[in-house]
Amino acid sequence: MIEVHDVWYSYEEVVALRGVSLKIQPGEVVAIMGENGAGKTTLIKHFNGLLKPSKGYVKIFGVDTRNASVAELSRRVGLVFQNPDHQLFSETVEEEIAFALKNFGFPSDVIKKRVEWVLKLLDLYELKDQSPFALSGGERKRVAIASILSYDPDVIVFDEPTVGQDYAQKERLAQLIKLLKSQLKTIVVVTHDVEFVAENFSRVVLMSEGKIIADGSTRRILTDSDLIRRARLTPPQITQVAWELSDLGVPKDLMWVSEARDAILRVLGVKY
Amino acid sequence: MPIIEMSKVTYTYPGSSKPAIRSIDLSIEAGEYVVITGPSGCGKTTLCRCLNGLIPHFYRGALEGDIYVAGFSVKKTPTSTLAQMVGMVFQDPESQLFLLTVEREVAFGPENLGLPREEVRARVEEAMNLVGIAHLRDRSPHELSGGEQQKVAIAACISMKPKILVLDEPTANLDPESALHVLNLLLDLKVKLGVTIVLVEHRLEAVASVADRVVIMDRGKIVLDGHPRDVLRKPLVEAIGIGVPKVVKLYNELKKHGVNFGFTPLTPDEVRRAILEVMRGD
Repeated sequence: MIEVHDVWYSYEEVVALRGVSLKIQPGEVVAIMGENGAGKTTLIKHFNGLLKPSKGYVKIFGVDTRNASVAELSRRVGLVFQNPDHQLFSETVEEEIAFALKNFGFPSDVIKKRVEWVLKLLDLYELKDQSPFALSGGERKRVAIASILSYDPDVIVFDEPTVGQDYAQKERLAQLIKLLKSQLKTIVVVTHDVEFVAENFSRVVLMSEGKIIADGSTRRILTDSDLIRRARLTPPQITQVAWELSDLGVPKDLMWVSEARDAILRVLGVKY
Repeated sequence: MPIIEMSKVTYTYPGSSKPAIRSIDLSIEAGEYVVITGPSGCGKTTLCRCLNGLIPHFYRGALEGDIYVAGFSVKKTPTSTLAQMVGMVFQDPESQLFLLTVEREVAFGPENLGLPREEVRARVEEAMNLVGIAHLRDRSPHELSGGEQQKVAIAACISMKPKILVLDEPTANLDPESALHVLNLLLDLKVKLGVTIVLVEHRLEAVASVADRVVIMDRGKIVLDGHPRDVLRKPLVEAIGIGVPKVVKLYNELKKHGVNFGFTPLTPDEVRRAILEVMRGD
């Protein structure tokens, strides 16, 4: 459904994407990772036509983004930006969320229902009459997510959703991603947060200097010391434990607490 | 005498009906590295604002209790005096940087103190070298990466020769590598300058092993305060929704199966050493 074929993109002299190819199937949950300036945000802005390739093509549900407007593409691909303030402008939370729905021409009774549903889903109902700007950073982020989910796009793309969020908010975000996955939505998340990815994603696309340097299972990529170094990430803490203990017979590709626990109990000869 | 002393501090923002922080007792010794953490809205930022006088002098509102910083009563001391003792660094460095070059930015504080030119120059050089940004001196702060900007903000504090550095989620917007650089830098400043560090941070796995103390806040109150090893193993920490480092979680799981290290490990390396110890003991 998302097909990126040999895409190049330049901002004036700076080449941001250098021949990127990628396919994402319906219902997949994918993390895009890599250092700052790797081209992650540039890539996802191609998914709803905000940017068009200098060379190559991007097809969304078979439609070449060069032949479609941002409005048409946005209906199917919702982008939640890193800084919610770039997205919010209405006087109340409720109006903010209704705005896109009105723009897409939904009838008013549907708008009402959808707004109420998403306010409750994201724990914003109590705040619906407040100004988005009077809210905390975490709450504003949820309003930005709500305004995208309200019109029910097939693909939801989050740019750095965990930045500035505390642990409980990250947990809620993980729950939300699971819920959306169960509704067969396609989820793409740009993030640096290795622990969040290790726990919630099965596929990682790793970028560096405008190219995809690895695309595959989260376990293979996040436990590969060479790839991790090239992308300037730090491995999950449990993976670091596994590496520390590899000479004792602990496998190097562990990511989860439960796996490390079992491996260590085996090493110590404790029955479990 | 502690360098920071808060006793029975309760503060309510103007127009708000309930206090943002309540009955805070906190005593920090000179040279300590203290991490403050807790769920969003728990009062961490409010507490930081009390340390340089933004509360009550700028925010107004109702402040009860006593706050002493380096022997000065915050209530009675103007922010200009407090600024010489307490450097503040915020989450978003761009909101703090406003001059045309890095060097001007770092010189701004000492120049405003009216120090002689040579003294200003010496302080600027020292601060830029300590923080590792001397090569960026002629660059505009606004064209730097987030990590570099945060280092400039820190250097701009250091050039004031503060006794205390208060940092409110300085790594929240940084990629993991830059975040690590900034956190390592703080440890370096503590060791080399003896500066007291008060750091608000969510990513405990990155700071638990270097901090002298962790203070955990919830709903305006301090609920736990002590050495990271003692604090992070408490069940309450997870119960209030704080991200306990994975190595601590791992040890909690191992303990359920009768494995006992005799201490709570805070790094992967400590897990290795503890396991080797257990194997030797068998």
